[in-house]
Amino acid sequence: MSTLLDGPPRVINVGLSGFAADLAANRVAVVEVQWTPPARGDARLLAALEKLAGCREQIDAANRTALERLLAADPFLVDVRRAGELIPELDRGRLLLHAGPPIEWQRMCGPLQGAVCGAIVFEGWAPDLARAQAMAAGGEVQFAPNHHYGAVGPMTGITTRSMPLLVVENRAFGVRACCALNEGLGKVMRFGGNDAEVLARLAWLRDGLGPLLGAALRAGGGIGLAPLIARGLAMGDEMHQRNVACSALLLRTLAAPLARAASDGPGLARALEFIGANDQFFLNVAMAMGKSIADAARGVPGSSMVTAMCRNGTDFGIRVAGLGDAWFTAPVEMPRGLFFPGFSAADANPDMGDSAIVETVGLGAFAMAAAPAVAGFVGAGGFREAVAYTNEMREIVLGRNPKWAIPALESAGVPVGIDVRRVAASGIAPAINTGIAHRQAGIGQVGAGIARAPLACFEQALLALAEKCPSS
Amino acid sequence: MPVVLNRVERQSYRDSVTLMRISRALGARPGVEAAALMIGTPSNKSLMRDAGLLSAQAQDAGPNDLIIAVRAAEAGAAAAAVEAAIGLLAQGGETAEAAAGLRARTLEGALELLPQANLALVSVPGEFAAREARMALARGLNVLIFSDNVPLEEELALKKTARAKGLLVMGPDCGTALIGGTPVAFANVVPRGDIGIVSASGTGLQEVSCLLARLGRGVSHGIGVGGRDLDARIGALGTLSAIEALEADPATAQIVLISKPPAPEVAAQVLERVGRSRKPFVLCLLGLEKAELPRNARLARTLTAAAELAAGRTLESAPAQAPRSRGWVRGLYCGGTLCAEAEMIFRGKGLKVAPGANSFVDLGDDEYTRGRPHPMIEPELRNDHVRDALADRSIGTLLVDLVLGYGAHADPAGVLLRNDLSAKTVIASVTGTEGDPQRYSRQVAALREAGVIVAASNAHAANVASQCSPS
Repeated sequence: MSTLLDGPPRVINVGLSGFAADLAANRVAVVEVQWTPPARGDARLLAALEKLAGCREQIDAANRTALERLLAADPFLVDVRRAGELIPELDRGRLLLHAGPPIEWQRMCGPLQGAVCGAIVFEGWAPDLARAQAMAAGGEVQFAPNHHYGAVGPMTGITTRSMPLLVVENRAFGVRACCALNEGLGKVMRFGGNDAEVLARLAWLRDGLGPLLGAALRAGGGIGLAPLIARGLAMGDEMHQRNVACSALLLRTLAAPLARAASDGPGLARALEFIGANDQFFLNVAMAMGKSIADAARGVPGSSMVTAMCRNGTDFGIRVAGLGDAWFTAPVEMPRGLFFPGFSAADANPDMGDSAIVETVGLGAFAMAAAPAVAGFVGAGGFREAVAYTNEMREIVLGRNPKWAIPALESAGVPVGIDVRRVAASGIAPAINTGIAHRQAGIGQVGAGIARAPLACFEQALLALAEKCPSS
Repeated sequence: MPVVLNRVERQSYRDSVTLMRISRALGARPGVEAAALMIGTPSNKSLMRDAGLLSAQAQDAGPNDLIIAVRAAEAGAAAAAVEAAIGLLAQGGETAEAAAGLRARTLEGALELLPQANLALVSVPGEFAAREARMALARGLNVLIFSDNVPLEEELALKKTARAKGLLVMGPDCGTALIGGTPVAFANVVPRGDIGIVSASGTGLQEVSCLLARLGRGVSHGIGVGGRDLDARIGALGTLSAIEALEADPATAQIVLISKPPAPEVAAQVLERVGRSRKPFVLCLLGLEKAELPRNARLARTLTAAAELAAGRTLESAPAQAPRSRGWVRGLYCGGTLCAEAEMIFRGKGLKVAPGANSFVDLGDDEYTRGRPHPMIEPELRNDHVRDALADRSIGTLLVDLVLGYGAHADPAGVLLRNDLSAKTVIASVTGTEGDPQRYSRQVAALREAGVIVAASNAHAANVASQCSPS
């Protein structure tokens, strides 16, 4: 029996907004849905949504499992090791990992090609950039996504055998994931930089900072990241565009172990100086953590939850818990944002990097309300716009993560667990906070802003889910 | 030759986003070629040097210093831009506040904002309405579907689902509900009382609830079930659920049921359910003269009679004696059920109803509203027909309805009175209450001022008009 008549109505108004205004004038609790035709009114997608509605209970149950796995994560930063030790395939041949879904050399954007060439020289496979380019174009180097090897990388995301990688272990599930060390700001390989300065810094990361960090972490038994992130959110970080607080908190935690592990004073000083001067040092830790969390939720049959979002500067790709290892890709979009002096939108490369793994686990643009300082990157926004981003993302997720509370939202948890169905039906594309690289190789970062995941990825995944759903 | 002007604010750290926003604002000023506000780190200084923005003034700026750098066509523009930057820094850079409300984009999102919601009011285009209603039912919400053009099979499926879940689906094509005394969509402000209403007609529900208010009674709940609910293909699923809900509702002492005459098998089913009820019923099945009723039910021929039977008293009405007028009666209606009631009263008196004789036009019919708002929302639609009737020598009397309440036009009387009505007899009824935004007494006074005869109800108006008809 309906309980509608037991008390005052509490109304969700879907359609004519005048009705909501009248109800509000009568002091009725009412929420207005700013309705638009579902799935852009596309008949094929609507049919898929209808079909999936028929197996809603099974999908919802699978999604509960997938979301529980995200929420149960217990990530620790445990080690820094040479990539070849962590990913043996890297030592077996000339394999080079990159950000985003799979892509061949010819379709790579300028910065990715630039980073590839720099990495080939760095590994000593070619004496100079010109020869490196010939090797890459001639098929003498193999390419694969980081995501295929339990890794992630920011922007171009180049991972090669000798690079030191951060290792995060999700102890609730025994899942490990890794990510290269953050190179700092300015001309860096992740933005396509590849000159001598870039390669020299990489060499020091390999020979100096990497081994020192690894020794310090191993001696300390690992650093719990979930509580560290919680504190960072309370201090205004969203862990993608802004990592000031978490970088500082991490350095504070690492300082004594680094001092104990260091063999010489100047080496320790350089390490502390490098981390201390880099507001984004923690980003790469957050990324490895995101991967270790999201990978634990892969392979839940029937689930429509997204387990990876990434881009290689040409294509955007997503993976879905219930759809195996398949990538659903679409052309990547241009970020909107602010540019460094001397640069403009005309210089910008399309969206790039594996860093959208942080949005996949509820941080970055999804946690924007925790970091109002970041909202300005989309224009003249302030706190309200930051809140609007988090609220908008709330519409496309399966739940909230109570461990990661946003103080300004009365400690509501960050929205987490992107549901392909809700993205496709609402037309709300996940937002991603991002750096912007120059479209040409070798120049580096030119700005920062916000990008949207292409809806087409989610729409393809929706159709694939509908295929798997038994007809009613 | 462009001028590069730098100014260094010592020991002044700012968030880089604020600085980039101000940089952009400066860059947009007339005469400014480029501008940047940056903290004086070596890498920033090198960026500014590459961009042709660094002068000797800022060479020694350090990481705790803010550099304001402008390159402009001439010195005046550069200096003005630097001053503007100082002003913007003082403001904190926050000039435009984007208004971002907490309204939702999807039903799921709305439910998170109002988890205790119990009713979805759906008024999206008909082809999408069933989907929204289905999602709302799946999440345990009752639904009122205002939208029309919902396919019959969808309506049936929705109502079956709702019955299985113990939820109510009101509509489709249902404009009216009163839930716990609260008007929803097109409804009037009436006092709360112990009379429940189940109606297949929105205007029927409005007329009866307003007449009850004028009779000094109140409404517990008014549930619109949609015009097709008592159709054989739907089988009164909504009506049966509504009766059961009111049966269980302690605030409801008796129930008024309003509909067109249902299909015989549906009527039997509804009457059987009525007969099992512990509460008394008044049935207004417009056009139905007599029927075998259960003992707890009485039959009302008109909406007015239904309200009077339920209230146990008679509507006060001045003995409105229509002046004799020559010619036929033309009924021009915004409310379809009110139109049908008037026509029924004429036929009941044996008066001729036909084109070229007494005639009744439901201007809310699809024929007139395609691509236009319903005349209850925009009564100007009726004025075209009023003007035609005023010019028609065969017509002596105009019969009209005015419907007030939420959703309806803010001043229907004012719209009607845009016409000079003095040439003919005009008889009106006003469906509304003192509590309505338009105020019943104000609308009636405006009409009477203009010489319009205002009857106490639509049935009364039709009765008065019938006296004007040639017999």
